[in-house]
Amino acid sequence: MRRLINKLKGLYKYRILIRTLVGRELKARYRGTVLGFVWSFVNPLLLLTVYTFVFGFILRPRDPSFDASPWSYALFLFCGILPWQVWFAASSMESSNILIAQGNLIKKMLFPTEILPIVSVTSNFIHFLFGLPILLLFVPLMGKPYTPYLLFLPVVILVQYVFTLGFCFLISSLTVHFRDIRDILTNLLTFWFFSTPIIYAMTFEPIQKHAVLRIFLNLNPMTHIMWGYQNCVYYGELIRWKRLGVTFIVSLILFFVGYYLFDRLRDSFPEEV
Amino acid sequence: MPAIQVDNVSRIYRKYSEQHRFKTFKSAILKGDLFKSLKADEKVYALDQISFKVGKGTTFGVIGENGSGKSTLLKVVAGISKPTSGRVHVEGKISALIELGAGFHPEITGRENIYINGVMLGLTREEIDKKFDEIVKFAELEDFIDAPVKTYSSGMYMRLGFSIAINVNPDVLLVDEVLAVGDAAFVPRCLDRIDEFRRKKKTILFVSHDLITVERICDRVAWLKNGKMITMGDPKRVIDRYIQDVKSKKETEFEKEQQEEEAKGDLEEERRENRWGNREIEIKKVRIMDLHGKEKHVFSPSEGMAVEMNFSAENHIKDFVFGIGLFNSQGVCCYGTNTVLEGYKSESVRGTGRVLCQIKTLNLTNGTYYLDVAAHREDGLPYDYHRNLYSFMVSSKNRDSGIYRPQHNWEFSPAVKFKKAK
Repeated sequence: MRRLINKLKGLYKYRILIRTLVGRELKARYRGTVLGFVWSFVNPLLLLTVYTFVFGFILRPRDPSFDASPWSYALFLFCGILPWQVWFAASSMESSNILIAQGNLIKKMLFPTEILPIVSVTSNFIHFLFGLPILLLFVPLMGKPYTPYLLFLPVVILVQYVFTLGFCFLISSLTVHFRDIRDILTNLLTFWFFSTPIIYAMTFEPIQKHAVLRIFLNLNPMTHIMWGYQNCVYYGELIRWKRLGVTFIVSLILFFVGYYLFDRLRDSFPEEV
Repeated sequence: MPAIQVDNVSRIYRKYSEQHRFKTFKSAILKGDLFKSLKADEKVYALDQISFKVGKGTTFGVIGENGSGKSTLLKVVAGISKPTSGRVHVEGKISALIELGAGFHPEITGRENIYINGVMLGLTREEIDKKFDEIVKFAELEDFIDAPVKTYSSGMYMRLGFSIAINVNPDVLLVDEVLAVGDAAFVPRCLDRIDEFRRKKKTILFVSHDLITVERICDRVAWLKNGKMITMGDPKRVIDRYIQDVKSKKETEFEKEQQEEEAKGDLEEERRENRWGNREIEIKKVRIMDLHGKEKHVFSPSEGMAVEMNFSAENHIKDFVFGIGLFNSQGVCCYGTNTVLEGYKSESVRGTGRVLCQIKTLNLTNGTYYLDVAAHREDGLPYDYHRNLYSFMVSSKNRDSGIYRPQHNWEFSPAVKFKKAK
């Protein structure tokens, strides 16, 4: 544990490198495209449009919390889809491949490998940040008021950051040895997406009635993170401190387990990637 | 305190079979014994108990064949891979020229890549700002620095990589064979830079196949073979021993190849095709030997060679000539002669006997050579002509060109000055 914490402290001195590499990722991502950074906005918007159309206009939200309005449902959707799709899912998919894709760095340079998942999570975090103003712009457009509870957004973001980082450490180091994880992850993320209250709310009647379903959803850390976003932006309520606190502790544990595993497997990376 | 100290370092690579991998995955998930099941079923020693010290300000060379563990050693010293056992200690800042431009991102410009690569190598942005112009100038990329790196030629890519790495200004420089890909103008400039490093009393670990350069720049040389250190010490002595070893290996390979060909029967067919004449004199056996009569196929240019022809002639023959010809792999005749040309007037031959042609020194450049031997009448009618049926090899560390290597030496008047050889 002490050793791990010392290593984490050591990471601080790589902050310039992390910053530079995140900058490189952001620059290189849309290099050569016509729209460039606009894609960071367009991607979640397109996704949002599809979901709003299908779930808002065709299926029609029945739950009273949406005031029977597809537009307010769209805002609700956006609260979950933006952090999930743009940040969490994108980072996980990228991390599952990043050590292999950047094998050259690991094999040919003296390079602190753990920076790679950190860079991946951070650069997707920045894409998420780009999307955040759109989300906030949507609030009045969809007829909802801004509330002071928006100020708790950074707390939710911090919890997601730690959780995503831990998950990505785990995924990236294991994929080096078990390439199957890449394919498993694609399916897992779809399953996980629907097991998290993103396109539906925790307050939906069937969930509240069904104890097993409720417990299952409550065991999913992403539930509380997504709920946190919805609380801050959509409901305009105080975040659930207890739930989010427990999630934060779980995230920290995941982070240390992930980092520990990464550290244990580190020496095998140069020959396996 | 030496700059690089390597104590009893071993590096074991693990080999997994496909089946094992599957088992690992399953057992890792089911039993959770992830670390235990990561054990391999076969071990390969890339480095086996290697120890050496490199004093501050000296240049240490590592030579050996492909797969002998040189690059692994360099990576272990650089800290890229960890030794399985043993200890490595390096004093000061390291820069490793292992693969040039390893961290480049193809989509972004050379300018941005210099910054990113520089940061990766441990420089701050301010330091890079200061060195930026020099990096670009040395890489000769002034006109292309704002183009994406993916548009660079491989030479430009390499020059930029080298230029960044060398400008990191390390205390210890590790060089792995990277100069092999440079063009004729760039390599000497790289070597100049390395010389400058040596003058500044920096420590260099130099891995190369280029024995001439190794001998020129290194203070001490180690020879690795299959992960073991065979010998270490004075460059000339180590390199000579290495060359001897390579030659004897080539010799056995040569013999093996010949045996294999013979076993396949290819040689027989080739013999029929490339052999003609009425066999009134039959050349039964040809041997290539050194001057002491020991059969041999790999020679150095300064060595002598003897060609022995064993023949038999049933009838009494009065008109005969014995000749040999040497051809290089492009089919150019390097030398040809026969007994008539050398003034021997034939009188008679009968029964079995042998003709021996001794060449005092070969004086040929590196390569594979083919041998013609023949017995014919003075007017050219062949008794037995063997066309390119025998071959031998000339191998040395020289890189001179042409087909002929006359023995030579240089002399200079005092006005001509060279850097002092150690």
